[in-house]
Amino acid sequence: MSRSPNRILIAFAGLFLAVAPASAERLNIGRAATPEEIKGWDIDVRPDGQGLPVGKGTAALGETIFQERCASCHGEFGEGAGRWPELAGGAGTIKSDSPVKTVGSYWPYVSTVFDFIHRAMPFGAAQTLTPDETYSVTAYLLYLNDILKDQDFEVNEKNLATIRLPNEKNFFMDDRETAEKEFWNAKPCMKDCLPKEAAITSRARALDVTPEKASEAAKPSAPVQ
Amino acid sequence: MSEPKQRANSSRPTSRRSFLRSGLALGGAVGAGAFAGRAAAEMPDAKNLPPNVPEWSQSLGDGVVSRPYGRPSKFEADVVRRDVEWLTASRQSSVSFTPLHRLEGIITPNGLGFERHHGGIAEIDPAEHRLMIHGLVEKPLMLTLEDVKRFPRVNRIAFLECAANSGMEWKGAQLNGCQFTHGMIHCVMYTGVPLKRLLEEAGLKTNAKWLLPEGADASAMTRSVPIEKALDDAIVAYAMNGEALYPEHGYPLRLVLPGWQGNMWVKWLRRIKVGDEPWHTREETSKYTALLPDGQARRFTWAMDAKSIITDPSPQAPLHRKGFTVLSGLAWSGRGAIRSVDVSLDGGRNWRAARLDGPVLDKALTRFYYEFDWNGDPLLLQSRAVDETGYVQPTKAALRQHRGLNSIYHNNGIQTWHVLPNGEIENVEVA
Repeated sequence: MSRSPNRILIAFAGLFLAVAPASAERLNIGRAATPEEIKGWDIDVRPDGQGLPVGKGTAALGETIFQERCASCHGEFGEGAGRWPELAGGAGTIKSDSPVKTVGSYWPYVSTVFDFIHRAMPFGAAQTLTPDETYSVTAYLLYLNDILKDQDFEVNEKNLATIRLPNEKNFFMDDRETAEKEFWNAKPCMKDCLPKEAAITSRARALDVTPEKASEAAKPSAPVQ
Repeated sequence: MSEPKQRANSSRPTSRRSFLRSGLALGGAVGAGAFAGRAAAEMPDAKNLPPNVPEWSQSLGDGVVSRPYGRPSKFEADVVRRDVEWLTASRQSSVSFTPLHRLEGIITPNGLGFERHHGGIAEIDPAEHRLMIHGLVEKPLMLTLEDVKRFPRVNRIAFLECAANSGMEWKGAQLNGCQFTHGMIHCVMYTGVPLKRLLEEAGLKTNAKWLLPEGADASAMTRSVPIEKALDDAIVAYAMNGEALYPEHGYPLRLVLPGWQGNMWVKWLRRIKVGDEPWHTREETSKYTALLPDGQARRFTWAMDAKSIITDPSPQAPLHRKGFTVLSGLAWSGRGAIRSVDVSLDGGRNWRAARLDGPVLDKALTRFYYEFDWNGDPLLLQSRAVDETGYVQPTKAALRQHRGLNSIYHNNGIQTWHVLPNGEIENVEVA
């Protein structure tokens, strides 16, 4: 929709105050959010650094926080414990059969690291890290991934967005409608679509990873009538 | 009343199917030997079968409001969401699956719709919930749930599919059951206010291009949504299937983005920020991006491609007799309505048109049927959806040719079920 016509309407209504108020659009429901309320919830950070809170930290300081608050799931060096996410390493694996997607090998922006730690980590104690602690943990993750070489380098709201991650250039906008254009084929084959009879190439039961409870109805049953 | 209890407590859960099987056995049309080895507890009690008068026809049942909030029959106790424990590190950041093999029509009951949480289920007192709209707006808004309900309402049936639905099947057939291979989908009717209406109330500035909806749960879920979608068909919903959202589906407010990947339908919606650029949040960079074999990664893959699945028969819903057989399935597309569905019994060599039944709605689940006579020979069942844009659901091989094996999300390839002569069914792939 075009927003400008409505704007013209509002302006027009303003000229004739006795006529319908601007609430031809507005229903005057709710109230204005106050600056204090917005400040309390407005925590998102963009790649250009917009939204970063004032603060600073270093990898050296971050290491202490990480070992205490993060390592039980993510491992001492960000290698991940059990099925919890790996945060460091994986360089050179992205094109391989088993890509290891970490901050250093896959993530495009440092802002995302800060934003996510600040809003959702540590898992189960979200939004308990201060901005300074978040800068430090972010710096430590960059240090673990060889993005920062100096563990005393200060990361703050002014320079975080200038630190670039190596995989940024490899992301591109969804292009399925052109790259996969062949799938738009309104008249699919109906007869003799395979040169010979279909043969089984892969079976789920070869792996046998289906949860047991699921097979309640699928257990070997009596012969079919 | 003792007999049903015994059945419900028996080691093998009782199902509609086992009733049917048992009924057939006692109906005398088939030899008793066919059911040798079945647990005695599953056999119906002859005293409740014709010509006798069943006990429930002679004594009074429970009165009204014995179940102030109704629930399914106890004989349906196995129709539940299930999870795959090895899949995730914790149940607070995990997924459960819709039991598609036991559902009919196109509407998913509220208690059976799959769950995907990133920080557990937030239990929110609606009196303490607020929706804040701010950023590039003329008037930043603070709305209570009551406020949201004062806006004009819309009703809309829409499917919600997780982008990772069928994601475990990229490298080959893995899980035996459509609940697990395709159960990260549900379809309900939402009631709410068009997001466009709320944005008009706040007044968009001319440079407003993107929205950042945020959840009130412990993951504070955020995704970047382009303004075009917000002004098109997005809804801020407070009801599903006629009643308030369930907590696991975002009570008291969630975002509805018809046709788009479920991760963006932010639950427990507490804030919408309006901006001029996307935020590149964790869930649209590290996750929900499609890594291709050349190392490049596709991002902002919002629309769900057309897809279909045969829900019955399927590995959790085997066949029990030869002869006339009803095949039932679901089809959907994030780009519009389903135009047609084809079914193959021979692994994709030959196809026949399935019959669509019930409402065929834009970006909603669509039910299809195919009736045939089964002579007991093995079958390789497949279904193939075509949507109104002309998109034809591809084979898994064709998808892999484009995307390789590591793109995790948006696996809409054609599924094959192998029907064995004894009626058992397994998840396979064919070539």
